[in-house]
Amino acid sequence: MPAVSKGDGMRGLAVFISDIRNCKSKEAEIKRINKELANIRSKFKGDKALDGYSKKKYVCKLLFIFLLGHDIDFGHMEAVNLLSSNKYTEKQIGYLFISVLVNSNSDLIRLINNAIKNDLASRNPTFMNLALHCIANVGSREMAEAFASDIPNILVAGDTMDSVKQSAALCLLRLNRTSPDLVPMGEWTARVVHLLNDQHLGVVTAATSLITTLAQKNPDDFKTAIVLAVARLSRIVTSASIDLQDYTYYFVAAPWLSVKLFRLLQCYPPPEDGALRSRLTECLETVLNKAQEPPKSKKVQHSNAKNAVLFEAISLIIHHDSEPTLLVRACNQLGQFLQHRETNLRYLALESMCTLASSEFSHEAVKTHMETVINALKTERDVSVRQRAVDLLYAMCDRSNAKQIVAEMLSYLETADYSIREEIVLKVAILAEKYAVDYTWYVDTILNLIRIAGDYVSEEVWYRVIQIVINRDDVQGYAAKTVFEALQAPACHENLVKVGGYILGEFGNLIAGDPRSSPLVQFNLLHSKFHLCSVPTRALLLSAYIKFINLFPEVKATIQDVLRSDSQLRNSDVELQQRAVEYLRLSCIASTDILATVLEEMPPFPERESSILAKLKKKKGQSALPDIDDSRRNVNGSTEHSEITDTTNKSSPSLLKDLLATNRPRPSSFSPIMHFARTMDSTPSFTDMLSLSSAPTAGASLLVDVFSDSSTLTSVDVSEEHFPRFVCKNNGVIYENQLLQIGLKSEYRQNLGRMYIFYGNKTSTQLLSFTTSVTTNDVLKTQLNVHAKAVDTIVEGGAQVQQILNIECLSDFKDAPVLGIQFRYGGTLQNIAVKLPVMLNKFFQTTEMTSQEFFQRWKQLGAPQQEVQKIFKANHPMDTDVTKAKILGFGVALLDGVDPNPANFVGAGVIHTKNTQVGCLLRLEPNTQAQMYRLTLRTSREPVSQRLCELLSDQF
Amino acid sequence: MMRFLLLFSRQGKLRLQKWFTPMSDREKKKIIRDMTTMVLARQPRSCNFLHWKDLKIIYKRYASLYFCLAVENQENELLALEVIHRYVELLDKYFGNVCELDIIFNFEKAYFILDEFLMGGEIQETSKQIVNRSIEASDMLQEDDSSEWYEVELFG
Repeated sequence: MPAVSKGDGMRGLAVFISDIRNCKSKEAEIKRINKELANIRSKFKGDKALDGYSKKKYVCKLLFIFLLGHDIDFGHMEAVNLLSSNKYTEKQIGYLFISVLVNSNSDLIRLINNAIKNDLASRNPTFMNLALHCIANVGSREMAEAFASDIPNILVAGDTMDSVKQSAALCLLRLNRTSPDLVPMGEWTARVVHLLNDQHLGVVTAATSLITTLAQKNPDDFKTAIVLAVARLSRIVTSASIDLQDYTYYFVAAPWLSVKLFRLLQCYPPPEDGALRSRLTECLETVLNKAQEPPKSKKVQHSNAKNAVLFEAISLIIHHDSEPTLLVRACNQLGQFLQHRETNLRYLALESMCTLASSEFSHEAVKTHMETVINALKTERDVSVRQRAVDLLYAMCDRSNAKQIVAEMLSYLETADYSIREEIVLKVAILAEKYAVDYTWYVDTILNLIRIAGDYVSEEVWYRVIQIVINRDDVQGYAAKTVFEALQAPACHENLVKVGGYILGEFGNLIAGDPRSSPLVQFNLLHSKFHLCSVPTRALLLSAYIKFINLFPEVKATIQDVLRSDSQLRNSDVELQQRAVEYLRLSCIASTDILATVLEEMPPFPERESSILAKLKKKKGQSALPDIDDSRRNVNGSTEHSEITDTTNKSSPSLLKDLLATNRPRPSSFSPIMHFARTMDSTPSFTDMLSLSSAPTAGASLLVDVFSDSSTLTSVDVSEEHFPRFVCKNNGVIYENQLLQIGLKSEYRQNLGRMYIFYGNKTSTQLLSFTTSVTTNDVLKTQLNVHAKAVDTIVEGGAQVQQILNIECLSDFKDAPVLGIQFRYGGTLQNIAVKLPVMLNKFFQTTEMTSQEFFQRWKQLGAPQQEVQKIFKANHPMDTDVTKAKILGFGVALLDGVDPNPANFVGAGVIHTKNTQVGCLLRLEPNTQAQMYRLTLRTSREPVSQRLCELLSDQF
Repeated sequence: MMRFLLLFSRQGKLRLQKWFTPMSDREKKKIIRDMTTMVLARQPRSCNFLHWKDLKIIYKRYASLYFCLAVENQENELLALEVIHRYVELLDKYFGNVCELDIIFNFEKAYFILDEFLMGGEIQETSKQIVNRSIEASDMLQEDDSSEWYEVELFG
């Protein structure tokens, strides 16, 4: 144990901590902790009242145990007692415990709020600070409701101590972030701005934080802050380093405040007033000049603080984006940092330059550093620095340097860390497309991407190359030739097979003249890869084969033989089998004309916004990615735009605009044959059907969507649409879509329930691999047992199967179990999730009682936390009989003649759980004139009252 | 604003956790796990900054302890590094050549000192003198209190 024991050491605590540290194993530790917990529990429960010191010591021990990662479920009351103590040392520990352990929806908030209220009113600055800290730490809505209107007064009152002002400002900032609607704007806001002039720099710092956040939301209300901030900044940056006494940090004048003021100014455009503007420019120049001065200290703290201010000043310069000289100076300064020996500075310089690259004034200046950045990519030891280098290369890329940058990124990709490969692939794909002058380069680049990092090439990327090739007829022949050559490699990535299959299927005829790539050679090449590929790729290849039959009648027989083979016609995968069967049939019965029409070349894709770009943004977060599309419009954007327009053909006027939207069907293009076969009579135009420009019908997308198989697995929305309907009834349809209907019947007795689930197949075909699962979250698991009987894995067309669920309620609960259903339909995996209507009120047993009994019980349950009341507007017509039926359906007995007002409804029941029974009284008072209800519930357990009130109040 | 501050040892043992926004225990545990594995895996002489989700992670090692601070995206990394350093200085001043054990045995003090320095995820007071003075002042209060305690114990 260390010798230090300032203030009041708590010996018992230190001994306990030593014991824990001496534990040799996790088990020993847990044993020691359980012993201590038992001891504390008995002390808290004991008859002898504990003195403050012991209480403090035990609460501290509990806190320590909690911080070790163990759950603590008692001691809160004792902590609240400490909080309310007049002794500072107890109060402080009480507040610490509450701040660390109490989450925002605790039952204790009301008690805590009371203590806080007293402390805020105490006029004792130490107590006030503790209270404000607690509000900022917990920051719950209830606290905001209680105090949001008082804190502004504390903040601007003339007699408030400086330290309290600081706490009040930051507390208000916190509440504004969590519950902005509760913090009233008003007269105080003007006075807050004037805190920027305060004598005390600590107050100014805290106020600047507050004002910045407020100004981000309402810039107009805080415009007056600009003048004051500039004045303050100017005083700081021109001050001698000792002027600010303790606010000087390693010879740098008030770095925290300077940075905050620069940040505040970034909420606004450059000042319009000339004098103010030049004063600010002076400030910025001074900061830039200081960067060139020799350091006043060798300590890293000095250089960090100094450069922190410099980087923030540069951020403001970039934000204003209006002073070319400043921008270029900033860029040169960052250029120096690119070669600094401090890794941190190189990292930040790369990051900061990314934003500079998007300014028209500094874009060219940034480009001069290209070689250095490329070098960083090759030599930096730290992957996060290399990643910044990739970002910067991406940001500085334009027509003039695209080929070099793309080549460098490609070569880096060969050795790049796995964690950043996908991102680099996306970036290369975007740059290659955006700056492609001749599309042969584009095709080469993407094929290289697949070769080097095929696993990291996402679907968006290879869809995109196909779309571009389809839309540009000048590159189709080259693309066919190139993929043909690339496919010669003995081991090529599956993504290449996909691209190759698609492109040869569409444009193989363009190279068929050469005997080295005759139709048969092409087919044999593709088919040699077939057996190594996954199902989706095989499906795509089958489509390519039927396209071949159309393009090259001479290989028809060969391909038909392949389709006819057992491995195709009897393939265990439904999708492949169906394709083989239908393609074979189509090739046999359709005339050449019909075949040619059905299998016509894909029409050009419509222009859409970039999906690769969207993916990259999603990956990086909007803010982290300099948007090369928008921001450089003034410099190169507009000219480039027109250049590209000139070089592209007329059907696709601009390639800057991406062709593929994120949420439209993928170019699984020539697969919807089956769909075609089914709807042939009703649809007059074939090309239209094959075109991807029209949104597919729901049925079609099920068939077409062969690529999406597993990707949908993870993100199924839980359907809870019909959930509320089941609060007051037990039977009905809980879910329905075009394939499946799910009906429920349920019965409950005491704490047990049984639910019959009926799955109805609405289609005429089988649902295969039909499986269901009932999941409960971690909390619910301890409250509810759900056991599901097995169900058949096949649901015949038009048939209904039944599943039985046994339910046991262990204790009161809030959440509901989720029923997950999975099956295959038409080769596609379907996922459905439905919230099951197992609610707390299902475990009600009715209780009949007389008026006298009722009121006696009602009074017994009179504690404030036992009652929950809600006043709400009627959502349905206020019909007495309907209301009665709903209350009965809710599970309680309706008691007539209890309430003196006959229009009111009174009910009683007992919730049965395995562990306890909870009696419940309820009263519903309709007000037909106002079309409102008041619902009051009293139970012995607050969570029960809460939950029942939530459930029932939605029903009227 | 700052989102959280974690102190952990080279073995990944958590010594202090401060959360500036409410979070469930599960989220906290996950973050603690992510941070310790991420930061401990870093090579020496790497830069002190990382991107993690939409946050910037700034970390620095002092003797056997890692200080790991998460800030929102627009915050200044270098200054965040100095927030850590200033906190270390404050601990050092209070404990006198602070070591990991001081923080283990006097964790509540480490929290109090942090609370004087930061609040609601923003810096509250950057002056070392002022923070030290208010910590000393509250220690004085504590000493008064404790003398009172002993009396109570003696006569009670």
